[in-house]
Amino acid sequence: MNELIEAVPYLGKRNPRLTKWLIIILALVAPLIAAYFGRSWMRILDFALLYMMLALGLNLVVGFAGLLDLGYIAFYAVGAYTWAFLASPHFGVHMPFWIVLPLGAAFAALAGIILGFPVLRLRGDYLAIVTLGFGEIVRIFMNNLNHPVNITNGPQGINALDSLNLFGWNLSQSLTIGDFKIHYLYLYYYFFLLCVIGSIVFIKRLQISRVGRAWAAMRDDELAAKAIGINVRNMKLLAFSLGATFGGVAGGLFGSFQGFVSPESFSLMESIAVLTMVVFGGMGNIAGAIVGALALTALPEILRNIALPVQEALFGTVILDPEVLRMLLLSLAMILMMLLRPAGLVPAHARYSRPELLKGGA
Amino acid sequence: METLLQQIVNGLVVGSVYALVALGYTMVYGILGLINFAHGEVVMIGALTALQTLLILMGVAPDMAPLLKLAIAVLVAMPVCMILGFLMERLAYRRLRGAPRLAPLITAIGMSFLLQTLAMIIWGRNYHTFPQLISTAPMQPIPGVFVTPVQVAIVIVSALVMAGLILLVTKTRLGRAMRATAENHRVAALMGVDTNAIIALTFVIGAGLAAVAGVMFASNYGIAHYAMGFMPGLKAFTAAVLGGIGNLGGAMLGGIVLGLVEAVGAGYIETMTFGFLNSSYQDIFAFVILGIVLIFRPTGLLGERVSDRA
Amino acid sequence: MIKLLEARGVGKRFGGLTALSDVSLTINKGEVYGLIGPNGAGKTTFFNVLTGAYIPDDGEFVFNGTELPTGKPHLVVQQGIARTFQNIRLFGQLTALENVMAGHHIRTKAGLWGILMQSKHAIEEERLTTERAFELLKYVGIERFAHTICKSLSYGDQRRLEIARALASEPQLLALDEPAAGMNATETGQLKVLIEQIRHDGITVLLIEHDVKLVMGLCDRVAVLDFGKKIAEDVPAVVQKNEAVISAYLGGPKHAH
Ligand SMILES: Nc1ncnc2c1ncn2[C@@H]1O[C@H](COP(=O)(O)OP(=O)(O)OP(=O)(O)O)[C@@H](O)[C@H]1O
Ligand SMILES: [Mg+2]
Repeated sequence: MNELIEAVPYLGKRNPRLTKWLIIILALVAPLIAAYFGRSWMRILDFALLYMMLALGLNLVVGFAGLLDLGYIAFYAVGAYTWAFLASPHFGVHMPFWIVLPLGAAFAALAGIILGFPVLRLRGDYLAIVTLGFGEIVRIFMNNLNHPVNITNGPQGINALDSLNLFGWNLSQSLTIGDFKIHYLYLYYYFFLLCVIGSIVFIKRLQISRVGRAWAAMRDDELAAKAIGINVRNMKLLAFSLGATFGGVAGGLFGSFQGFVSPESFSLMESIAVLTMVVFGGMGNIAGAIVGALALTALPEILRNIALPVQEALFGTVILDPEVLRMLLLSLAMILMMLLRPAGLVPAHARYSRPELLKGGA
Repeated sequence: METLLQQIVNGLVVGSVYALVALGYTMVYGILGLINFAHGEVVMIGALTALQTLLILMGVAPDMAPLLKLAIAVLVAMPVCMILGFLMERLAYRRLRGAPRLAPLITAIGMSFLLQTLAMIIWGRNYHTFPQLISTAPMQPIPGVFVTPVQVAIVIVSALVMAGLILLVTKTRLGRAMRATAENHRVAALMGVDTNAIIALTFVIGAGLAAVAGVMFASNYGIAHYAMGFMPGLKAFTAAVLGGIGNLGGAMLGGIVLGLVEAVGAGYIETMTFGFLNSSYQDIFAFVILGIVLIFRPTGLLGERVSDRA
Repeated sequence: MIKLLEARGVGKRFGGLTALSDVSLTINKGEVYGLIGPNGAGKTTFFNVLTGAYIPDDGEFVFNGTELPTGKPHLVVQQGIARTFQNIRLFGQLTALENVMAGHHIRTKAGLWGILMQSKHAIEEERLTTERAFELLKYVGIERFAHTICKSLSYGDQRRLEIARALASEPQLLALDEPAAGMNATETGQLKVLIEQIRHDGITVLLIEHDVKLVMGLCDRVAVLDFGKKIAEDVPAVVQKNEAVISAYLGGPKHAH
């Protein structure tokens, strides 16, 4: 939270308390504001929260532990497909969320460990390529495992996934209290918001702990980390599997929200997009992941709404379609950020200790 | 038996193109320790530039001899790619030489996607037919085994180009300077080598090879499009690692071996897995090989041992 | 005298180069043991095989009566050996305090669950770690920089910080690789006092150092390496007069700073 407050320009340093309340209020009323601009913006907001979870998870792997994972979206896919297998008409299984979501997280963590065991000895850049390969392999399997036995339904994907049902309360049905009707997009928003806040709390606790320091140590100097007794392999595995867990949970939520999964949602470009969010916000700090995810989910949409009419007006046709715009934006963000501001948009110093624990105050 | 031979022929052809691309990866890695992710995109730009040139030539001089057209297309694509390689190094990678280790890598990934996007903007999303200027009429040197003239040309040209590169690196002063720089930048600089120029040159040469490879890919498959460079790029990188990264001979060997494994593997994967996996899984081979090599023999087939200094 | 560490016929080769050959030596509890020799003699390599950074080709180390594992640095630290590096290797993005806290990692136990749930035990352990780290910063005399990112510390302070970090793992044997390198006379003087204090507090010290005065003033015994071989071992005064040692130093580059 403090990092996020500091990240707010100008006001953050002058009046942290006010900033804090502003952030909280903004988080609460955001969907109302979005609704003013239309339903699609509410969906975008919900997606921004999912991306935040992904960025938080990937930040743990890349930013804290220093492992460049280019196949992160595979864990998202594992979570989403777990939901699709266990809560949809595809196999006719309809398990409740409190089984499917943890299972998805567990499968994702398992996938992280399976991938991690052999590859974590590799140097940073090799690791990047091998994880990229892993992501592609997962996607190839999703695309082709519809034959000889139909497991994933191939490129068509799986439809009609169960929506999130919190102990009898179905989040995809609008809630009616008296005359008041709350649209389901709000319900998802607040539920996702809770999940993001939960993630932040957990990750913050990890960051300021022996584990977080061990990650930072091996990221900054692996050899020295070994020399102070850190079991580097175990710590990397832990980072990998925990990061994957976040991906898995986010994937399950994605499945329930979208109601539909297909391999297309888990392309390499998505891994890169999440990585860009982490890089854009600032590797290794939580506020960075949040800001990066928010900015890079919203920006393409804003561009879409501005650039398309402008192009229509200027050239009479659309030259850069939204997908191209998004790619252009992401790739430029990645390059320019590295060249001009490698610490990210929110170059907060991530802290790994709580100085207030010192008796004397120091 | 014929199928096996046929797969070997196909593997050899694809492998020699991989080898050309792998050389670019391995040279840059040898000298900077950087995986230039965007190298595969240079291949793509080479192919599409050549395509564009051919289209123009067909409009202006429809009667020109096909081989001449192709030669001109290559001669246009090469400098375009070389300039691109030069710019990438100059504008991005050079500024990141002292940066934390993930920075250049992330930049390279961004570069790769930027080039794809630019190509998408210029040439659109569609697959383009690449004119087959060398005959694709199959010959049968051995009954049941088909070889096309274009395939023969690919193997010959890449062999020639690689031989030229080897001569350049081993026999010329420039090559010595390159090797010295790869060995140790500072020492090379002390010996009077302009290491910045050498590094830029390495990018330029690699990009030139990539342009040739791009034309070969496009000619072999008869198509070109904005994303055509990515997968072959990754595979070529795998080839470079397989052969021993930083090692020119290794890159060539790795390319050929990978091409063969892939082709033969794709032909037999269905029987090997009792019909569970089919040739749509072909792309998996490269990654599996990459994983296995990196885990069990990270130095590759011809690489030397390098250890981090404590 | 109680043996703390015994090296038995340790050898290490890099390709054709023999960095260590048949090195045997014994370090007793409570002493400051010097390891000297010209550049490239194999001193750092000795540290590296001792602490598990490299795997020795021959021989073994016996520590407190048990054989040390090879190639497993974290287990060596667990046994009670900590080291510093010739070319300072701190954790660049951490503060001085956090560097030392990281050094305490091996002596803490909080698990994932405890950390995520902020169990009583985890909180208490974190508090102890923080306090202990701060104590160690005081011990080496840089507590005023506790919350400074370690990269912005002066060279001498970084060296002390590395010592504090090593001490945080609660070693019985502290191996220092040229701790005085790059220090001025005042700093070296302070370092000498610090090492004496460390010895006084019951920690055995293995010291690689080129600064002859420091070595002679601090060490109880000294071993000399040359081309990977131990050519002498004795009290400083005797070693100083040893023919082989003198010619080794004259043969190679000089090091009296
Ligand atoms: N990882 C390595 N790979 C190859 N050779 C090495 C490696 N580490 C050390 N060497 C070589 O082993 C020999 C001994 O080196 P070492 O670093 O142990 O010397 P040293 O006594 O610490 O010297 P200095 O006083 O310069 O620190 C040197 O010739 C060195 O080049
Ligand atoms: Mg040394």
